[in-house]
Amino acid sequence: MASAQPAAGATRASQGPAPAPANAPLLAVNNIEVIYNHVILVLKGVSLSVPEGGIVALLGANGAGKSTTLKAISNLLKAERGEVTKGSIEYRGERVDTLTPNDLVRRGVIQVMEGRHCFGHLTVEENLLTGAFTRADGLSATRADLDLVYSYFPRLKERRSSLAGYTSGGEQQMTAIGRALMSRPKMILLDEPSMGLAPQLVEEIFEIVARLNKQEGVSFLLAEQNTNMALRYAGYGYILENGRVVLDGSAGTLSQNEDVKEFYLGMGAGGRKSFREGKHYRRRKRWLA
Amino acid sequence: MGPFIEVVLGGLLAGVLYSLVALGFVLIFKASGVFNFAQGAMVLFAALSLARLMSDELTVAHYLGAAAVLGLAVGYGVVAAWRRLGPASAPGPRVGWGVIAAFALIGVAVAASFGVRGWPGWVAIPAAAAIMGLLAVAIERLVLRPLVNQEPIILFMATIGIAFFIDGFGQTIWGSGIYNLPLGIPKDPMFLLESVFDGGILVNKLDIFAAAIAGVLVAVLAVFFQKTRIGRALRAVADDHQAAQSVGIPLNQIWIIVWTVAGFVALVAGIVWGSALGVQFSIALVALKALPVLILGGFTSVPGAIIGGLIIGMGEKLAEVYLGPTLGGGIENWFAYMLALVVLLFRPQGLFGERIIERI
Repeated sequence: MASAQPAAGATRASQGPAPAPANAPLLAVNNIEVIYNHVILVLKGVSLSVPEGGIVALLGANGAGKSTTLKAISNLLKAERGEVTKGSIEYRGERVDTLTPNDLVRRGVIQVMEGRHCFGHLTVEENLLTGAFTRADGLSATRADLDLVYSYFPRLKERRSSLAGYTSGGEQQMTAIGRALMSRPKMILLDEPSMGLAPQLVEEIFEIVARLNKQEGVSFLLAEQNTNMALRYAGYGYILENGRVVLDGSAGTLSQNEDVKEFYLGMGAGGRKSFREGKHYRRRKRWLA
Repeated sequence: MGPFIEVVLGGLLAGVLYSLVALGFVLIFKASGVFNFAQGAMVLFAALSLARLMSDELTVAHYLGAAAVLGLAVGYGVVAAWRRLGPASAPGPRVGWGVIAAFALIGVAVAASFGVRGWPGWVAIPAAAAIMGLLAVAIERLVLRPLVNQEPIILFMATIGIAFFIDGFGQTIWGSGIYNLPLGIPKDPMFLLESVFDGGILVNKLDIFAAAIAGVLVAVLAVFFQKTRIGRALRAVADDHQAAQSVGIPLNQIWIIVWTVAGFVALVAGIVWGSALGVQFSIALVALKALPVLILGGFTSVPGAIIGGLIIGMGEKLAEVYLGPTLGGGIENWFAYMLALVVLLFRPQGLFGERIIERI
């Protein structure tokens, strides 16, 4: 779990961007609480960490707080009148909870939002180019990265000049991920890439995520409802329920865990259970962090 | 044939004037999805600033203040360009503000040493542009930022408030009379093609000047929106605020930029309208004529604003001249709105508006 002490983080931050120790996580979320509209308590103390070069899955049902956690990290929360009221978020040992999304993208943390959110009236290529907005390293570098994105997503190259609004769901998801890549990220916060996509496409997207992780060294924090798929590609996982982390462990341990099997993978030991029994079981075995 | 062409040409050139106002609406609507009710007020404010800075009837404080604003804008431009071109050597925020403040002081000092009153056009126009930029910053800080991610209707209501404020504020600081713009733009009529038609075609030189300006403006804006990094970001913000934020496009800066550009367009419209009618409160109402232009051309299309303006200008002149005798005249006043109504019935996105993309 998050091992960085707050005091240590503070001194490191005051010394400027010194390289973090090798064992320090790339991203550390320490016990954050998020409140929307000053009244709605959504996250009740979530802690997690993402190691450099890792893929970490954030699992849970609807409304568990996965997207809120990602938005708290990328600081898109403010636009939805949400606020981190307790805890801290550190990226490479630097407190980042007060930065703007723009600052974070410049530091290499970018979110791919749930539901893709492509710019419908821009072409696919223009969508990709908007991802390079924060970069100041010149046109040729941007062009080179555009080719890189096309090499990962050849389909986008074919559709480069069509309006993104008219492309298919899978192509939009690819556009959204490609757009994030154009900012040269170190870490992508990927929110529900499988949403609304055919199983075959989901597989394709996850395959590309794994390749990006391996070849480009991009770390991923992946919020997913498709537990099965996420645990196959992630190294570590956290399970959120009602705004709390109720369970965490390596992907292997999680997928062997009886409760995870029961609740999230739909293959409990005692064969299929009726929905009513499931609810009952859930109440009895309430997880508290 | 001669009179017909004269009516058409006169209508087209009058239409250009509508287009200039409509352009400002399109810019803000495109980039932020907000219908800016205050565009007319901005035209008035820009024209008033310019006309009054060129006059010598104000207090010294007015001129020195305007000089400070101009210096501020120049300083800001210098620091911004520095940060963009040489990020390594660029000054930090504190030094940056120091540089900007220094420029403002230099502005005041230069204005004071040259005898402050009655600025020539080549100083007054940049100063008015700088004032519009400052106005954009103020609008972003005080109105748009607290309302981020609210419904479009709320932002629209806010712009109505801005319109009333700017109307009053402009007349408070600059005066509420009728002023002329001594920019030396020719206003006298002239005759074209006298050899072809008997008596030639009567046109106003001011209209031709306005048409030339509109042409240049549209070309510049088209390139800006389609080809530049900032232009692309503006269109991205128009499509999806949140997604734009997620890729690191800072909404606050984008809004300042787009309101500034709309302010520049308002200044251009103010120069042309102010030369034609004199700078007075009624040019704020010109914005109402821009509404049918927008509906016809489409709220999101820069060429649409121009062509919509031309069609409306030509249509109302033709209707006045050829239908006027049968319908009893005064058609010019309502023709544009009727045309807009018909367009709304058959093509609600306008002639050139962005297609409404719906996937099922």
